Amino acid sequence: MKISRSIEITVGLFVALGLAALLMLAMKVSNLAELSNGGSSYEITARFENIGGLKVRSPVKMGGVRIGRVKAIGYDSQKYQATVHMTIESQYDKIPTDTTFSIFTSGLLGEQYVGLEPGGEETYVKDGDEISIKNTQEALVLEKALGQFLYNKASSGGSESSSGGEKSP
Amino acid sequence: MTDLLAHLGRWSLGFFERLGRGHMFLVSLIAALPQLAVQWRLVVVQIWSTGVQSLSIIVVSGTFVGMVLALQGYNTLVDFGAAESLGIVVAKSLTRELGPVIAALLFAGRAGSALTAEIGFMKATEQLAGMEMMAVDPLRRVVAPRYLGGVIAMPLLATIFTAVGILGGFFTGVGMLGVDDGAFWSQMQASVTLKEDVFNGVIVKSLVFGAVVCWISVFEGYDAVPTSEGVSAATTRTVVHSSLAILGLDFVLTALMFNK
Repeated sequence: MKISRSIEITVGLFVALGLAALLMLAMKVSNLAELSNGGSSYEITARFENIGGLKVRSPVKMGGVRIGRVKAIGYDSQKYQATVHMTIESQYDKIPTDTTFSIFTSGLLGEQYVGLEPGGEETYVKDGDEISIKNTQEALVLEKALGQFLYNKASSGGSESSSGGEKSP
Repeated sequence: MTDLLAHLGRWSLGFFERLGRGHMFLVSLIAALPQLAVQWRLVVVQIWSTGVQSLSIIVVSGTFVGMVLALQGYNTLVDFGAAESLGIVVAKSLTRELGPVIAALLFAGRAGSALTAEIGFMKATEQLAGMEMMAVDPLRRVVAPRYLGGVIAMPLLATIFTAVGILGGFFTGVGMLGVDDGAFWSQMQASVTLKEDVFNGVIVKSLVFGAVVCWISVFEGYDAVPTSEGVSAATTRTVVHSSLAILGLDFVLTALMFNK
């Protein structure tokens, strides 16, 4: 069977268009560009009291710039601490060892991320390092903060009324 | 009473017989596929008639689906001050659900019905029987290239649909509604993953849909009652059964792939 050349050409164009669309989805829409970028990275682990709503693949930011991602989250049942494994891109290799790792929320409804506030040490964290709980700050849990606030309010209000109660008779 | 039971029995026997025939047909169809390696041009023609011919409807509807998604998403998100997340809404819903599902529904209506009608009329006009007389297996010569062409065309169409839809969403969101350009793409890139959303969502789903829709289409055509009414009924059944299969399978696939 002889098929016309124009059919072959349009099919070729169609397949090329499909592949171009796939390439666009891969490079522009998903995170392939970022993964293939350099490729080399190193891993560190931080211990937290409470990680709040942090998830795998949440960003790790330093000064607002994303320098890595959360790779895995675990729980150390011996010490009752959450462990967060992070991959940091190897170009960001100057993180002082006394850096504070905190869990922040971007915006009111935004996602949670690990925020790094660099300290003043001259030594830097290396691949496989573990950041102890002293240098981390747990996530702000809204209910806890609210409870604390109400408790403070009540106790200060209560002391006033009780002192008033003592004086009045 | 016994009439009713007999009726039910006849109906279910017919149903299972047809289901069995469909599967036997699929097995012999798959057995015929390797033959196509030497007759690749037959498949190219079918990619042209199922894929390229469906391109216009896929591109136009993809654009509008993306545009309306951005419009609706924006109206909801702006109340929460999260209009920048529009990129995530558009990209995630297109890659995971709307892209493959709507593309497959359109494909079933545009290409699947054409496959059934074509094969059904070949049967009605005894072309298939004529081929058999000449010792040409119609399954290999007619059915298998159509099946393979459709299965190849479907993921390409779904990918194009998704990409065009995201561009449509970008056009509405950024161009018309004034969402920030950088935030639109960067939030999208931060939350859409290549493996889960693009590969599992678009490619795997559309491959499954393509295989099932093409199977239903060629089987209905091959199994049609060889009259005008028979072919017409078979074409209707193709569209109905394909659409139901797509929506049902979509639920199963979503439950398997995205259920954490």
